[in-house]
Amino acid sequence: MYRYIIRRLIAMPLLLLGIVSIAFLLTHFTKGDPLISIIGERQMDNPIVIAAARARWGLDRSLPEQYLIYVGNLLTGDLGTSFQTKQGVAKDLLQRLPATLELVTAAMLVGCLLGVTLGVVAAHYRDRAADHLARLLALIGSSLPVFWSGLILLFVFWYTLRILPSPGRLDTRSTAPPFVTGFYTIDSVVAGNFAVFAESIWHLILPACVLGWAVMGIISRLVRASMLDVLNQDYILAARAKGASEPRVLVNHALRNALIPTLTIVGFSFAYLITGAVLSEKIFSWPGMGSYAVDAARNLDYPAIMGVTIVGGTAFLLTNLVTDIAYAFVDPRIRFR
Amino acid sequence: MAETASLRPTFVRPRWLTAPVAAGALLVLFWVGVALTVQWWPIDDPVLFAGKRLASPSAAHWLGTDALSRDVLSRTLHGAQHSLPIALVVILSAVAIGASLGAVGGFLGGLADAAVMRLVDITLSFPPILLAMAVTASLGPGLWHAAIAMIIVWWPIYARLMRAQVLAIREREHVEAAVAAGATAPRVLLAHILPLCWSPILINATMDFGQVVLLIASLSFIGLGASPPTPEWGQMISEGAQKFYQWWIAFGPGMAILSIVLGFNFLGDGLRDFLDPRTQ
Repeated sequence: MYRYIIRRLIAMPLLLLGIVSIAFLLTHFTKGDPLISIIGERQMDNPIVIAAARARWGLDRSLPEQYLIYVGNLLTGDLGTSFQTKQGVAKDLLQRLPATLELVTAAMLVGCLLGVTLGVVAAHYRDRAADHLARLLALIGSSLPVFWSGLILLFVFWYTLRILPSPGRLDTRSTAPPFVTGFYTIDSVVAGNFAVFAESIWHLILPACVLGWAVMGIISRLVRASMLDVLNQDYILAARAKGASEPRVLVNHALRNALIPTLTIVGFSFAYLITGAVLSEKIFSWPGMGSYAVDAARNLDYPAIMGVTIVGGTAFLLTNLVTDIAYAFVDPRIRFR
Repeated sequence: MAETASLRPTFVRPRWLTAPVAAGALLVLFWVGVALTVQWWPIDDPVLFAGKRLASPSAAHWLGTDALSRDVLSRTLHGAQHSLPIALVVILSAVAIGASLGAVGGFLGGLADAAVMRLVDITLSFPPILLAMAVTASLGPGLWHAAIAMIIVWWPIYARLMRAQVLAIREREHVEAAVAAGATAPRVLLAHILPLCWSPILINATMDFGQVVLLIASLSFIGLGASPPTPEWGQMISEGAQKFYQWWIAFGPGMAILSIVLGFNFLGDGLRDFLDPRTQ
């Protein structure tokens, strides 16, 4: 198993370099002169300014040299300067990371809870009405455009029924708790402000359910398949023969083993959640990386786009690495691959 | 009497025709039909103004009108003419590029294989939406640039699938027999290995068709795909999001995306149950 982990760890820097290289190539094949966005169109006929800017941003060097500078900058945590916010992209992203992480964690929680429940129910009632309904719900979840379902649900539950709160992380009149982790749910408890805690949970419900539904589809499908596998095994028969109640058989005996293959999907669903965050944060006025990415794309803010791409790619790689290693620990069979 | 009855031709349901497959096929056929014939339908023009702005659904405009007084139903139906052809081009190109690179890599092995697979690994280490966004932004916004970005995002999936298939099938005895009989390498690959490789590719392509439709809409929603007058679903939802209280503007295009993606998912799911009994 350690050879497997070491092999994965050795591959990591290479993959990261690959991500960076692709981002670098993309910025260089960008349509239009990057100089325009640096010095503005009016200065473009001024040769002195152009020469100075080229020297300042290293654009007068050869391509390989520029690449080395780029990688060097990344290693020191410099992702360039956003055209829109005029701040470092790294700083922007750090500010916005907690909001997205809080949303994604909540969505993952919702997705796992619903997905596992639905998967178990579907497997138990295999080929009966409940199974078909569960599969239909799951399929709808992976077919819904979140930027649309978010909009419609917001219209229904906030505007029409007034059950759920307005978009945003808190009510417009509330102030954020003092910064500790950036998670409002945690920071408010640390500050002892339980009103804000309740409010932040309240505001999380709809976005987390919308994103969670998309993930629920994948999880419930996998749990159903692996539950069906497990339920056919002899030890389940033995448990039933001993007189264990059906819920006990399903949860204590079958689900425990059925969940192992589900672990692999965690890394994969992370990609879904990032997609969901990018596409729905704008709808929910959520000030996270997703809405930052969309603003960047709409304004063709290239440093910001590449920053999000590199950070998102790295995060995705790390999640996959961690899930694969966790899987290798839990399931000994993988060690021999 | 019983014998004459049994002679009557009766419809025997083929094993692959399950309820989900039928539902999926109906949804997909409906949208393909719309895409092919919508210009002859007796409905309003999707780009011209039809009268009152932001009118709620009525007998004249079943799904209401948008901020520029265009008929939402007509725009929704015309949307199929943009999404479906692009999705088809993306899937076909991704399968063509991915499957050929994967097959050649898997068959030849060695350096060619390693090169292809590293490229696959790197491409797949991005969350798809982010890579598609970065590529489209670099090329400049536009539906066809978005299509190129999606091909770049999607080919590695087919390369990986095809390579795994080729690696498994090249070990079979009939391939060994063909090699022993003196068949050339290209012939072994084309005539003896490839014909057996297609079923997982077909299942995935069907399921992915829906996902591609979803991604096109997503990119347009972000503002990197279709540009304003085009009746494209993601673009329309983006306009609807700006007019939040006029829910009907986004409703039609959203239902269109949901129904077509659901259709392909049903179809792909059913195909998988039939072609790949292991996952049942």
